[in-house]
Order: sequence, then C-alpha cells, then structure tokens
Amino acid sequence: MNKYDIAIIGAGVSGTAIARELSRYRIKVCVLEREEDVCCGTSKANSAIIHAGYDAEPGSLKAKLNLRGNQMMEQLSCDLDFPFRRNGSLVLCLDEKDRPGLQKLYERGIQNGVKGLRILNKEEIRKMEPNVSDQAVAALYAPSGGIVCPFNMTIALAENACANGVDFYFNTEVHKITRGEKNWTIETTEGIFEADCIVSAAGVYADKFHNMVSEKKLHITPRKGEYCLLDKAAGTHVSRTIFTLPGKFGKGVLVTPTIHGNLLIGPTATDIENKEGINTTREGLEQVLKKASESVKNIPVRQVITSFAGLRAHEDGDDFIIGETEEGFIDCAGIESPGLSSAPAIGEMVADILKKKYDLKEKEDFLSTRKGITDVSKFSLEERNAWIRQNPAYGTIVCRCEMVTEGEIIDAIRGPLGARSLDGVKRRTRAGMGRCQAGFCSPRVMEILARELGIPVEEITKSGGNSGIIKGSNKDSFGEDGK
Amino acid sequence: MIKKYDIVIIGGGPAGLAAAISARKNGIESTLILERDKELGGILNQCIHNGFGLHTFGEELTGPEYADRFIRQVREQNIEYKLNTMVINISREKVITAMNREEGMFLIQAKAVILAMGCRERSRGALNIPGYRPAGIYSAGTAQRLVNIEGYLPGREVVILGSGDIGLIMARRMTLEGAKVKVVAELMPYSGGLKRNIVQCLDDFGIPLKLSHTVVNIKGKERVEGVTLAQVGADGKPIPGTEEEYACDTLLLSVGLIPENELSREMGVELNRVTSGPVVNESLETNIEGVFACGNVLHVHDLVDFVSEEAAAAGKNAADYIKWQQPVEVPEQKQNRTIILESRNGVRYTVPAVIRPERMPEEMTVRFRVGAVYKNCYISCYFDEERVLHKKRTILAPGEMEQIKLTKEQILNASSLRKISILIEEE
Repeated sequence: MNKYDIAIIGAGVSGTAIARELSRYRIKVCVLEREEDVCCGTSKANSAIIHAGYDAEPGSLKAKLNLRGNQMMEQLSCDLDFPFRRNGSLVLCLDEKDRPGLQKLYERGIQNGVKGLRILNKEEIRKMEPNVSDQAVAALYAPSGGIVCPFNMTIALAENACANGVDFYFNTEVHKITRGEKNWTIETTEGIFEADCIVSAAGVYADKFHNMVSEKKLHITPRKGEYCLLDKAAGTHVSRTIFTLPGKFGKGVLVTPTIHGNLLIGPTATDIENKEGINTTREGLEQVLKKASESVKNIPVRQVITSFAGLRAHEDGDDFIIGETEEGFIDCAGIESPGLSSAPAIGEMVADILKKKYDLKEKEDFLSTRKGITDVSKFSLEERNAWIRQNPAYGTIVCRCEMVTEGEIIDAIRGPLGARSLDGVKRRTRAGMGRCQAGFCSPRVMEILARELGIPVEEITKSGGNSGIIKGSNKDSFGEDGK
Repeated sequence: MIKKYDIVIIGGGPAGLAAAISARKNGIESTLILERDKELGGILNQCIHNGFGLHTFGEELTGPEYADRFIRQVREQNIEYKLNTMVINISREKVITAMNREEGMFLIQAKAVILAMGCRERSRGALNIPGYRPAGIYSAGTAQRLVNIEGYLPGREVVILGSGDIGLIMARRMTLEGAKVKVVAELMPYSGGLKRNIVQCLDDFGIPLKLSHTVVNIKGKERVEGVTLAQVGADGKPIPGTEEEYACDTLLLSVGLIPENELSREMGVELNRVTSGPVVNESLETNIEGVFACGNVLHVHDLVDFVSEEAAAAGKNAADYIKWQQPVEVPEQKQNRTIILESRNGVRYTVPAVIRPERMPEEMTVRFRVGAVYKNCYISCYFDEERVLHKKRTILAPGEMEQIKLTKEQILNASSLRKISILIEEE
C-alpha cells in the first residue's frame, strides 16, 4: 500500500508546478499520471505562449495568476533551466470600428497590472512587424508577452520536484476515489494509494474526479484547438506573437515564433464531447490557415511540417477553479488559457493553501535549481570539442533536422524521470521534431532507447501503451516452412 | 588548424561517389567526401530490389550492388572520405564546419564544393492529413529502412498513400515480408512512379491502385486502427459521399521527395521554387562560384543512372574549375553571354537554368520533368523563335525524367541566341 500525505492527480504543467512547490515542505507527495510521461495532455498541445495578462476579467483568478505567473517566469526559467523569452505580443485591430474594443483591452490590461502596454499606430506596427496585414489600423503592444517550451518547462518542474523527493507514478490511471475514516483511498490501474489530501490537476478530466467526491458538480468542456507548425525557415516571418482582437471563444488564431525558431499558427476553438478527441479535422486546419492569413500576410503555407490539436479544459464559469472544494480535496480545474502562463502561480497558490491548512514546515535541503540537458549547440568550437572528447556520443548527430546528438538523447533517457518512448525523447531533445518529422532519426532513436533501457526494439513505443512502432519481424507470419 | 582540400563533396550517396570519382579522373588529387551515415552508398543501401544500372552497366543490379561498383572505385583510387560525419555549416567562402565522434567539430577549407546531399521524404504534416497522430504512420523510406536494414515489420495491414516509386516498391516488399497491402491511393489522376514499378509491384501482386483518392481521416489514438479514403475532384478536394473505410494498422506515405538544401540555403545558394534545388548553369554550378550541385539535391531523379551521369559531369566541372581557377579565355565581345532556358507549356523546369555557351561541353544534357500526363505529343525546343527540335512522344508522365541534348556547335552557330525554350506541343 502506497501512503502519502498529498497525492496529485495529473502530471501536466499544473500538477508538476504544484508538485514542485510542495516539494519545499517536509511531506510525502506523489503524482499519479495515467500516461507514460509528464506533459502528455493539454500541456503538450497549446500555443506555448506566456501571456502578458490583459485578456482576463479584472479580479478573476485568471487575471491574477496570469500576471503573477508571467512575472515569475524569468527567474523560474533560470532556476530550472528551460527556454523562455519575452518576445512581446501585438493584438491587432483590423477595422476602425473595432478600436473601442482595443481600447477596452488596453484598459483591462492596465487594471490587471500589466506593465508597458502601448497602443501602436499603423506605422509603428509596420516598423515592428512588416509582415502584419495591411488591414491593421492599430495594435495593443505588450512587451511582457513571451514564448516558452511547454515540454521542457513541465519536465523541468517535474524533475526538480522529483529531485526534492516527490514520487511520480506513470501509467497509473485513477479509477475511484473514496473517503476513508482518516484519509482518501485512491484506486488506480497500478494498485491502491492512500493520501490525506488530493490535489486534482487532471485537465479535461478535472470534473470527473471532482464529481467523485462532491455533490456540487463541475462540468468541463473539452474545447479543441487545432494548430499548424511551420519549418524553421519560416520562423522569422514575425518576431512577436500576433493576436487579433478576442472573440467569444478565446483569443482567436495567433501567429507566433516558437522558442525553438519555428512558426506556429492556431488555434481554432470548437467545443466537443470527446475528452480524447485530439484529432485534427480538415475544416479546422483550413480555418487555421485562413484566419492566420487575415492577420499576417504571405505566410509560407507550403512550409507546414506538422499539425496537431489540443483540448482546453473549459469550465462553465469561465474562470480557474482553485481551492479546497471538499475537506482534503483541492481542485485545480478549468485550467484553460492562460493556464501555461499561470502554472508557476497556480503551484504557489495551491502550496499556500496546503501550507496553511496543514501547517507545513520547509525543508532545509530543498534544491531550488535543476539543470537540463546540456545544449551543446550554444558551445564554442573549443568547448564543444572538450565535451566530445569526454563523451564522444556528443559528436554523433542523430536527428539531422534539429542537429540533436546521441549524447543528448542518452541524457534524456538516463535523466530523472527519463524518456521511455520516441515522443518522450522528442519532447526532451527535439529529435524528430524537425522538418522530416522523424523520418530519418526514428530507427536510430529506437535503437538507442532499446540499448539504454535494456529492452528489445519490438517493445519501443511512440508514446507508451499500445503505440508500438514494430509489429514483428520479416516473414514471421509465414511460419517455419515459409508458407 | 584548418585542413585544406581542392574539392569537398557533401554526401557519399550515388551522386557524391560519382562526382568524387570523376573529379579524380579529371586530375584532382585533393578530394574529400563527407558522409553522415555509417557507410558510403546513401539510400541505395536500403534499396535491395533490382533494376538499377541498366543504363550505366547494361545489367540489372540491386541498390547495394550498384553502390558497391562506385564504392570500389573510390577505394581503388584512394579517394579520402569520412563517415559518420555531419556537415553543420558551409560558409560562402567554402569553409565547412563538420563533426564526428572521433575528431569533434572541425573546419575544412575547400576550393570547390560539390553539393550531393540527396533528398528527404515529404511527411504527413506537410499534407495536413486530418485525424489522430498515432504510431503506425511512416514515410515509405523509413519503413524501407526498418524492413530492409533492420529486419523489422512495421505493420501487418497496410494502406499506402502516394504512388511514388518508394511507395510502390514498399507495397511489394511489405507483401513479400508477410504484410497485407490493402490499397495504394494516389491524389493525382496519374501515378507519380515509374510505369514498370506499377506493373511489377502492384499489378503482379493484385494490389489495387486508386487514382484521384486521398486519405481524409486517420483513426486510432495510440496505434493506427484505420484510415478513410475519399475520391478527390478536379480541384484536388475530397468529394463528400465517396468515403471508404479501411481497417489497417499502418499508413505508409510516398507523397513526394524534397531536395535537402538547408546547408545550401544557409550559405546563400539560390534555389528554384519548382525543384527546391539550386539554380545551376551549364557547369552545374550554383550562383556561388565554385559550388556545384548534382543528384537529388539538385532535382529529384527517377533513375540512379542519371544521377551518376549528372554527378560525373559535376565532378569534371569542379575539376576544371580547380585547374583553371579563372574564366576561360573567350573573345571579349562574347564574354558574359548567357542564354536563359525557359520551360513552359507543361515543362516544369530545366536543369540547367542558364547556359554560358563558351563554357559548354561539346554535348550537354538538359533534364526536365513535365507537369501532367501527355499522350501523342511533341517535345519541342526553340532557339528564340526558331524551332530546332520536334520529337514525337507517345506518352509523357510526371514520374519520368525527360532529357534532350544540345551541342556546343549548335549554340555557338546561333550567335545572337538569347533564349532556349523547351515545351510540349500537340503537333
């Protein structure tokens, strides 16, 4: 029987941010994740934007946590070694008659405490972003907007939590939660866990777990967002994140560089029923391309290298729900945009609630920093050669599109909470994330995974579960006599 | 210390090998091949089917056998090569940054560079095929590597999208290895592959080819469980109501090849939008003097024999460039005369794109592809307004590369010639 003080359900960016904050205290914490890795749900398929904080309704949790999260991001990215950059963002006003809307957004931003906001005129926009649509008559400029690697951010939070004693259980899906005399009993696919307190950070499933323990029901709607990712050759088409004025279903289709230098366009916003519905659709992808071209001209659509869809966890009340909704049960629900931006602040807020409730005591030996996989591409020639002499695997390029070395892939597998699948390696190193989309490197990465994990290549998966790459060996269906 | 070579060849596949051998035959001792894989031969090593070398050797070889004929020559002539070596960057001044595990990262100064990096396969993402993103979707070349080099079967029930040659070859290979290939769907109303491959790889195995069809949905969250095919109209868009479901665990994609010109682009080589390869002159030289290109990095070929032929020309031209290092002596009034090659009326591009008559070899091959299937038509070549060639063809198809020959004499005789046009005519 696994007994913990606090069990967190979900190893997305919220769950891992909470785990990292709780790992400051002298308590036993675990994270239960149904997938084989961290960052497998909403956290992996979003705009990868750190919002400035002008969108949310003043006074809402979204407004408060977005601003706080945005402010925390610099230090956190240094402490935990993940890529983040303040590239600034523009909200375009494409029609004179929408000016009041832009002004309102500006005022809302001021009210929310966003610093540096400015309304730009046509010429200023052109100067900043020559590829923005000629229709743009004005724009709200927010210098504090940023871009981040959501994979590395989540992995960094998780690894740091792990280093500070948090236990992670993967492939562990929670089926049932019941209240015992003193604590919760959590039934999972990997056995029973007991915890004094549960934190539910389960994304689109947050309502499911909440409703297991509470009579006041929650309802989360998966709101699908589809995206197209373009080749790095298109990555400088814009240098800031370009939004249009928000509509009923969120912030509309954005055009942004990613922290790694690609161009990302999306998302759509479609409410669906299926909580597993991460399929892209023809209509959705067409809409992304069409909408993006309304705000930014000459997007090189021939350079699309992949498309994907993610689900936002939209709660009917349109705000984050964070707090102790039942005795010993903390909800972290409705974490849609700006959830990624808010994650560090969500972690802080949940930890604060629990600190007060249980009078938690800080550890003396808390490690506040974490080192990621060494990015050898930033080294000078001499440094790089010294590195390769020590470990020749850093001299072998495995992913030719993203120039990822064997050494980095080995690091990703051997690291704390190491990669177990092609996607796990991809999220940690970018191997397979480039223009050939793993065409050349996947057989090599499979070989390295098999060797490092000591398992046959037949057992290597794309993303755990039933996602095996290989179905057998040549002619194995013919039997001994070759028939 | 920076190592120096006369000619550095980027890529040790069929193009790089032939270029290196030719440069040596033409008198250049100081040559180096840089190859990123663990052996020479490039993609030929995984092409274990036969049909290679009919033009070059007059016999049918497998891919590895064809490569071996060139690798032997490289060894016999002691042409230097480095394996497992990735070129990271090439500067305009021809300083090459490369890396391998033994030497680390190092610099090489070349006098001439031959680009021979080959091509890569277009991925699912480039097509925006809607649906889930499970395991079981492979480009045909990746599947070919898994099956032919590693011995693994990537799937048992297969649908193939795209009828490029690798897709056709893999339909047969997967069948021979025990998988069931249910259908090959092709977006266009014609196949992008060679006719002989359709006959030998599909017809002979009873695998249906559905022209004007595409994949409109991929099902299965973890592993492919099925795909939906639909017929497409003349606009290339799916026709509602024509959807058909295919249960399968694997989708192979053979939907086009893209020359790998990231290094070229970064060094400032001008690229052609149609081929995605460098714009070259009669010497297969790019806009950067002393930088040559050949093989699939220049334009995607149908047969490796033509790659070898083209690469041999590039090797000779690079050797000539090293030997002369300065413009050929030509009468002053004729200097800088360039003739533009124009492709129109169904001809998509030509390689080369410009000719400097004084630099031409005695006979030169102009290679091109057509944009659709044409029956009973003519390939014509015009010198300005004058038709100089009119060749009857019963069929022309995008899957097959076409060529015509031009002679130096013919062009020098047309002294005021400005433009050569290559086009398709109905009569």
